[in-house]
Amino acid sequence: MILKEKAQAGTFESSDILIMVEPLEAGAGRKIELKSIVMQQYGDDILQQLHRELDALGVQDVRIIANDKGALALTISARLETAIKRSAGIKAS
Amino acid sequence: MKNALGIEIPEYIEGMGALEPYKGAWEKLQKGWMDETTVPPPNKAKMPHASKMCETLKDAILKADPHDGMTVSFHHHLRSGDGILVEAIKILAELGIKDITLASSSLTSAHDPILPYLKDGTITGIWSSGIRGELGKAIAEGVLPKPVVIHSHGGRVRDVHTGRIRIDLAILAASAADCEGNATGSHGPSAFGSMGYAAIDSWYAKQVVVVTDNLVDYPCVPPSIRQNYVDYVVKVDSIGDPTKIASGTTRITKSPMDLQIARLAAKAIIASDSFKQGFSFQVGAGGASLAVAKFIREAMKEKEVKGSFLLGGVTSYCVDMLNEGLFNSIFDVQSFDAAVSSSLLNNAYHIEIPAGLYANPFNCGCMTNKLDIVVLGALEVDTDFNVNVITGSEGAVRGASGGHSDTASGANLTVVVCPSFRGRIPIVKKQVHTVVTPGETIDVVVTERGICVNPRRPELRKSLEEAGLPVKDIEVLAEEVEKITGKSKDIECEDRIVGLVEYRDGTIIDVIRQVKQL
Repeated sequence: MILKEKAQAGTFESSDILIMVEPLEAGAGRKIELKSIVMQQYGDDILQQLHRELDALGVQDVRIIANDKGALALTISARLETAIKRSAGIKAS
Repeated sequence: MKNALGIEIPEYIEGMGALEPYKGAWEKLQKGWMDETTVPPPNKAKMPHASKMCETLKDAILKADPHDGMTVSFHHHLRSGDGILVEAIKILAELGIKDITLASSSLTSAHDPILPYLKDGTITGIWSSGIRGELGKAIAEGVLPKPVVIHSHGGRVRDVHTGRIRIDLAILAASAADCEGNATGSHGPSAFGSMGYAAIDSWYAKQVVVVTDNLVDYPCVPPSIRQNYVDYVVKVDSIGDPTKIASGTTRITKSPMDLQIARLAAKAIIASDSFKQGFSFQVGAGGASLAVAKFIREAMKEKEVKGSFLLGGVTSYCVDMLNEGLFNSIFDVQSFDAAVSSSLLNNAYHIEIPAGLYANPFNCGCMTNKLDIVVLGALEVDTDFNVNVITGSEGAVRGASGGHSDTASGANLTVVVCPSFRGRIPIVKKQVHTVVTPGETIDVVVTERGICVNPRRPELRKSLEEAGLPVKDIEVLAEEVEKITGKSKDIECEDRIVGLVEYRDGTIIDVIRQVKQL
């Protein structure tokens, strides 16, 4: 997926995650900044999940700023996918 | 050595002596006496017409023999509005007093400012029912040389009677007091209601200082604290922030999750045989647990059930039920809002009780022993029904034992209400980080995902199932929760023990270990 612009999805609400996406030039790789209120318990899990789902979405060069307020995995998944698709200019059909 | 829950307990702690492992909730009680002797309270004397009045809190402290290694006690009836504890500790620190043991009935976020005095050796030990905020974090990180001791409200009274806590100086804030030290919390600009936790301090401390912002003409009525126990009296401008001490009335939560849990809990209570004419009842002031009272109140009216007494931490909601005639009386060890103070002052059936009468296991019958139903909260519950109300998900001390284990031990029906997970953190899980209340004293755990009944109560499970309630095994619920949240990484701890959790009978039920700095 080709990212075109900065985009975001999610909120700062408890049990949600705010994900901001910024396209980077080809070859730059992934720069993920994760803040989480459950860093100690789930930080590694969340990072792994983000990488796994970026793989699935075919996104290699991207800056992700994620601010997590204890979102469940499926919430994280939905927010990431939405932010990426917004960045790629894909509109909901 | 291992205690009855299989938790490793040290045999001895330097400076504290030998420890006794937890043996079971009623193991020590069933003998009918306790082996520990009661220490004598101090004998005191005053010359006729001698004045007890001191100009400032500092003057009173100077007269009260401040010395290194002393134990200083406070009550926590001013909650997060308390302005006296921090002030007193500052004065002691300025006097250069070191190695103080702080024995407050509990500690709140208002006490964060004493943290520097934990770091500089002014305070080296703490006995308290609860610790929160920056203090709780620092303690979990190992700021104190000695482990803190977490006791229950009833356990604290026993600790004082047996001399585990020997109070040198008790500084007791009151919202009204006279020149002899008769004092109350039930009226005055900073009224906070019952002084239940302070009674034992007044009887046993070598020196007792009453501090008030409202000196009234002799005699102060009602004398919750009585003059024959009081050494000195100080009038100060303020004992704290009245808006944080007690404000307005307590409202029922609007959180749909808490209301759902409360609705289920109320149905479970109504389906049990404990909901009957003349039942006694206690609920916490927290979200879901207070909301249970709302549904019980409705059911009592509908089914024309009249209760006996309400106990405990009292909210305006309890007062409303008393005034409606749903209960005969309230026994009040601690009042939670402003409306409660006026009821305590004006209604003869709203009775102030000391913490020993409330919950001390070692007397001829505390009031928690007479409870039919109690509704309690939890930070964590495990599949053996053990409850943690003291340590948070990152290992910091951030809660209070309070009357949790006291009421759970006494009540016929102990109901714990909690969400099955909060944010992403599992609440119902295989093992809690710290046990405060043993599972054998918990009968039902009610969550938004169903009701778990302790296997020790098969007849209760049957009643709830017959009532069509969603009963499920707690192991099944814990697995269900883990599927939703994912498996959380365990808190990493050092070997060093930074806290001991005392069960109400004085045995050690769990330890709190220093959290690993990441």
